[in-house]
Amino acid sequence: MRISARTTWSLRAVALVYLALLLLLPLGVVFERTFAHGIATAWSYVTTPAAISAFWLTVVIAAIAVPLNTIFGVGCALVLVRGRARGRALLDALIDLPFAVSPVIVGLALILVYGQSGWFGRWFADHGIRIIFATPGMVLATVFVSIPFVVREVAPVLIEVGEEQEQAAATLGASNWQTFWRVTLPAIRWGVAYGVVLTTARSLGEIGAVLVVSSNVLGSTVTLPLLVYDRDQQVGSAASTGAYAAATELAVMSLAVLLVMTLLGSRKASTATR
Amino acid sequence: MPRARRRAGRSRPGGLGLGIATLYMSLIVLIPLAAVAVKAVSSGLGTFWDSVTNSVALDALAITLGAGLIVAAIGAVMGTLVAWVLVRDTFPGKRFLNALIDLPFALPTIVAGLTLLALYGPGSPVGIHLAFTRAIVIVALLFVTLPFVVRSVQPVLIELDTEVEDAAASLGASNAVTFRRIVLPALRPAIVSGAALAFARSVGEIGTLVLIAGKVQIASIVIYADIESDATQAAAGLSLVLLVISLAILFSLRRYGRVRIAH
Repeated sequence: MRISARTTWSLRAVALVYLALLLLLPLGVVFERTFAHGIATAWSYVTTPAAISAFWLTVVIAAIAVPLNTIFGVGCALVLVRGRARGRALLDALIDLPFAVSPVIVGLALILVYGQSGWFGRWFADHGIRIIFATPGMVLATVFVSIPFVVREVAPVLIEVGEEQEQAAATLGASNWQTFWRVTLPAIRWGVAYGVVLTTARSLGEIGAVLVVSSNVLGSTVTLPLLVYDRDQQVGSAASTGAYAAATELAVMSLAVLLVMTLLGSRKASTATR
Repeated sequence: MPRARRRAGRSRPGGLGLGIATLYMSLIVLIPLAAVAVKAVSSGLGTFWDSVTNSVALDALAITLGAGLIVAAIGAVMGTLVAWVLVRDTFPGKRFLNALIDLPFALPTIVAGLTLLALYGPGSPVGIHLAFTRAIVIVALLFVTLPFVVRSVQPVLIELDTEVEDAAASLGASNAVTFRRIVLPALRPAIVSGAALAFARSVGEIGTLVLIAGKVQIASIVIYADIESDATQAAAGLSLVLLVISLAILFSLRRYGRVRIAH
């Protein structure tokens, strides 16, 4: 289609203005609000004991949820793509469920099963294990919402690379375990890495499900997103500067994730064309 | 050597792997979701029906589904336009812009909500006060769902053969006609599935909205309020309706996707 320069320019302008208004302007305002009272003030808000414990809780939850979902994701993709067992189609359909469920419903669902009067919750309560309104519940919520990422990134790569090399390895006497580590994993590593990055981004930022299953006690069950929410709910400009400071901290963490995502994206694209 | 022969016949990840995967999915996803459905009808179908047909629940559903439709429609048009510019246009900074599209997926939703509050809330630097209105809900949902249509249309547009468009143009078709008759039909499946995903995400979104929705009673906020006030049955009732809607979208998209591949 030959498009006149004027149309090209106006389409470009509309796209750029739309993206600037929707994405860049709001982000700029948050940075501006964070540093309105100087960098020292902003720094003091992200180094309060509550903010530091929120930071570590966020990191710990991600550090549990991401490896769990990575191991599950790679294993599940292998079962779905390479397996021959019956029932694969059903599992394949169910994997996407967490993407279709509202995070609030995730929280409610976990309370109904693992809460004090829930289906399994009573057993845990009898044994002195607290899940809901404590860290295990927040980990469960985070695992729930981020389950599909690794599976959905790895499965197409497994289909793409095919089975010939794995079969060759097996004929040469390699065990399943050796074949996986030396042949399969190197072939799918960029898919796995991309899935891990997406899982991490979601784990760091999850609020809806975590909000429902956290008791919201400062210093024990408050993650960074919850800290932003709490500080914003408090009245007064000091609290709101605190909210902006915590939001900027989260934004910086996730922008780092986005950067890795972009780099991996181009890496993945270049290996795919080879 | 029988041992070596057994090795050569590589075993496949079989029933055990499927079993473990299903167990993991069951404990974390399936059993909890089943508990929501059970809770919703635990006090009888009449109670369930009342909990989803009272005026609060009906309003919440109407606002949520209405917002989802508006967001899907705007997202379909603007997402296609952005994808077009990213694929067919060349200008400095295009790679940066392309990376920027994923920002809403990477940025924590609470941060997105706070940014919109800073921009359109009390003391707005641009003088637009949208916070706590239905308009801000739409803007927030457009933000979080931006990547869906763009990222589903982009690859199709890259693959699209421009020769057909050139042929149409040489036969005297105007750009508008070429777009409507040649380009749009090729993009339609991608636009529809992107918009459907945006709709599904909109219906369930809460993170961006908790700070800025105010008194706009969207479904997730009503459910959250019900949980907080121990009205678990009411929360489960509304949740079940939303679950059914999202499941319907998910499964029809899978069917739609399969049809697309078959043709």
